[in-house]
Amino acid sequence: MSRFAIETVGLNHHFGSQVVVKDLSLKVPKGSIYGFLGPNGAGKTTTIKILLNLLQSPADTVFIFGKELTNNRIACLKEMGALVEQPAIYAHLTGKENLINRCILLGINKNKATEMLALVGLTEAANKKAGKYSLGMKQRLGIALALIADPELLLLDEPTNGLDPNGIIEIRNLMIELTSKHGKTILVSSHLLAEIERTATHVGIINKGALLFQGTINELHDLSKPSIKIEVDDHAAATNILSGAGAEIINEKEGTIHIGYTGKADMGNYNSLLVKNGVTVYTIGTEKKDLEHLFLDITSRN
Amino acid sequence: MRSFFISLQSEFYKSRKTLAFWSSILLPLIICFAIALGFIFKYENLVKHPPQILWFYFLSPIVGIMGSLLLPVLVIYNTYAVTNMEYKGDTWKSLFSLPLPKLSIYSSKFLYVIFLTFLTMLLFAVLIIVSGHAIELFRPQLKFGDFNPSEIIFRSFTKMFLSSIGIISLQFLMNLMWNDFLKPFGLGFLLTIVGSICANVGWKYAIYLPHAFPSLTVMNIMSSKKGIEFGVFDQAIANSLICGVVVFILGYFILLKRNIK
Repeated sequence: MSRFAIETVGLNHHFGSQVVVKDLSLKVPKGSIYGFLGPNGAGKTTTIKILLNLLQSPADTVFIFGKELTNNRIACLKEMGALVEQPAIYAHLTGKENLINRCILLGINKNKATEMLALVGLTEAANKKAGKYSLGMKQRLGIALALIADPELLLLDEPTNGLDPNGIIEIRNLMIELTSKHGKTILVSSHLLAEIERTATHVGIINKGALLFQGTINELHDLSKPSIKIEVDDHAAATNILSGAGAEIINEKEGTIHIGYTGKADMGNYNSLLVKNGVTVYTIGTEKKDLEHLFLDITSRN
Repeated sequence: MRSFFISLQSEFYKSRKTLAFWSSILLPLIICFAIALGFIFKYENLVKHPPQILWFYFLSPIVGIMGSLLLPVLVIYNTYAVTNMEYKGDTWKSLFSLPLPKLSIYSSKFLYVIFLTFLTMLLFAVLIIVSGHAIELFRPQLKFGDFNPSEIIFRSFTKMFLSSIGIISLQFLMNLMWNDFLKPFGLGFLLTIVGSICANVGWKYAIYLPHAFPSLTVMNIMSSKKGIEFGVFDQAIANSLICGVVVFILGYFILLKRNIK
């Protein structure tokens, strides 16, 4: 039995001559919240559509809980619930009717519709036409539709779009609860790292169809190495002295130098060295890149 | 088979509040009611006719307009409305990401459009008979009750229903391929006019134009001996059914190869 809820092997997809997914090898561990990150147009939604078999993929490239997708489409889809792009709802039906219709299609008890409405906070708007819902309400209904079959794997494409801060927190908590208490696996896409880092246990960063990073959230943090930022009166002289002492110069401009951090003792030595050689040190300290900058760095690589 | 029935049940659930569903019911109701009112208020000129002719007068305007325009347009609208429901809510993707065979989803939609057309034809047949007898209640001079037209009426509407299967399949395919109102509707309407003209001028190849089948069917009914001696199956009906089956299968294979965007 595979330990991955989703596994893709060298997945490629193109629209005409445009390559939208390039040699993608996703590995989403069971029970994880996998943050699928990338700027707009990176290939996130396309990947999710391939995982749902909405877009054709070659055989033996996509596996859901160890089952090959194209030859086991129905068995794989039974394990999945999805919210792709904007919520797919029938505007002429009420929120409750949309859920009942899904119950009919999935052959589940219609009472589940009421339960789901309560879960996403739409009980009071249950009998209002879904077309008259606000964007946030539609998003909640979309999440309820994805959850109604109690799937083992949830694919949520930017689920907090249009939600107010309270709604965002509720969805975040719901995702944590679903994985920690019910053992579900969630793949959640976003273009905002800040949103993902609060909930995700694992992260995959995609840009221009290629996966640039994949690992746990801690592994992502580890990528962000600290540096020493030094402000001096003469940065040219300081650069010479520091490089002569073996420091790794990351960058230098207008009185500020960034060098690689190798420990507190080394930082003290660099300070003494500069002062002894007649360079005035205004400030010296460590600096760590935040995840947002790290994300920008990673996505600007290709 | 179970997935097919639940998909069909869902089609009914989704569309029961739409114009497509209600137009299938209201159209025969309104037309029969309007003609019945005409009979009640203008009965003086009609009392001289025997019951067979009275039924013929009630039936002929409906069958006439049905074949040349109403039936094709109704079918074109119904196929558009049933498929457009998915385009409008961007729900194709959620429908095809459910653990249901694509064939069940596809065939249930196709069958549902056929069901709506069948419903309209059935209601026309029933309401014409009911209206005839109701007219006699208000105007006993009009002896509708002296002749039983049920068999002829049901045969006519069965024939017209079958003649629409070819158009349904073509319109359904066009609506699957194009998320658009103008292309399937405009093209369907144009083909209906062309088909109707070709049938009426007696062009020998009209028998191969699906949009001409209702016109050919009505012409077959009207030109039959005494207006009653016609069979349900003829070449146009056979071609309509063949077209329906072939295009249905073709459409399914197109759907299988298609990406759902």
